Amino acid sequence: MEVYGVTLASRLLLGTAQFPSPAILAEAVRRSGAEVVTVSLRRESGTERAGQAFWSLIRDLGVRVLPNTAGCHSAREAITTAQMAREVFETDWIKLEVIGNHDTLQPDVFGLVEAARSLTADGFAVFPYTTEDLVVGERLLDAGCRVLMPWGAPIGSGRGLNNVYGLRAMRAHFPDVPLVIDAGIGLPSQAAQAMELGYDAVLLNTAVARAGEPARMAAAFAQAIAAGREAFLAEPMPPRDMAVPSTPVLGQAFR
Amino acid sequence: MKILVNNEAREVAGPSLADALDELGYGGAVIATAVNGDFAPARSRPALMLREGDRLELLAPMRGG
Repeated sequence: MEVYGVTLASRLLLGTAQFPSPAILAEAVRRSGAEVVTVSLRRESGTERAGQAFWSLIRDLGVRVLPNTAGCHSAREAITTAQMAREVFETDWIKLEVIGNHDTLQPDVFGLVEAARSLTADGFAVFPYTTEDLVVGERLLDAGCRVLMPWGAPIGSGRGLNNVYGLRAMRAHFPDVPLVIDAGIGLPSQAAQAMELGYDAVLLNTAVARAGEPARMAAAFAQAIAAGREAFLAEPMPPRDMAVPSTPVLGQAFR
Repeated sequence: MKILVNNEAREVAGPSLADALDELGYGGAVIATAVNGDFAPARSRPALMLREGDRLELLAPMRGG
């Protein structure tokens, strides 16, 4: 997959939150094969300095970072956070989140398009967390985005692909745009389904971090995503309503 | 002067943002700063003079999804 001029061999992007320990996070990243991990910015406490240790751990992993604007509820907050992230993480990449609803964590697509336009003009490579809405996708591309990241289901819900029809339509509507399912994936089978639909990659976090054995689950996701991609390339058969015998009928006994 | 640092009231002498960060113990830390909601790049800190009541955000790398 190529995004913003960078070729990625792994189609799994992994979040770094909610892991039981830094060591387990590091092992999960290794087992996932992910080349990109998402990170964030938060207020630094006066005494703990947890942020400095975390950043040191991530740098040691040797992966590319994709900072997010999680928790931002307006375009202005997201833009300022993106500018701060660019300086700290030394990357133009930004996973743009502008949240519109506290309960569903649904994107505020109006603020999203506004922030995307401003950030791309400022030289950012914007990865927008959006919905499967095709018109919003068009607006984001007009704003300069070169990748779209629709949700599968609400963040952290683990419900998989809520609107398969809509996601299939999105894939068909944007055949040449890298599409990444971001959020809502709970199981490797759901990630495989996204890849079978022709999505280019999957970004997930909770499904791995909250598993009983996160590193093992990370490996399971890596296999499922690779299998789903292979299945897509192999061109799956179309479903049929009626049974069709797979064993040859010709030469059948007792007829 | 009194300013808000990550929404907590703090007393700093300043006068620049760079001075205030040293005073607060953040000299050399990997952090990004914003003053009154606007990004304050690291290179601007020595010349950026703080004023009474300014809201300073100090953000550091953190886990994220």
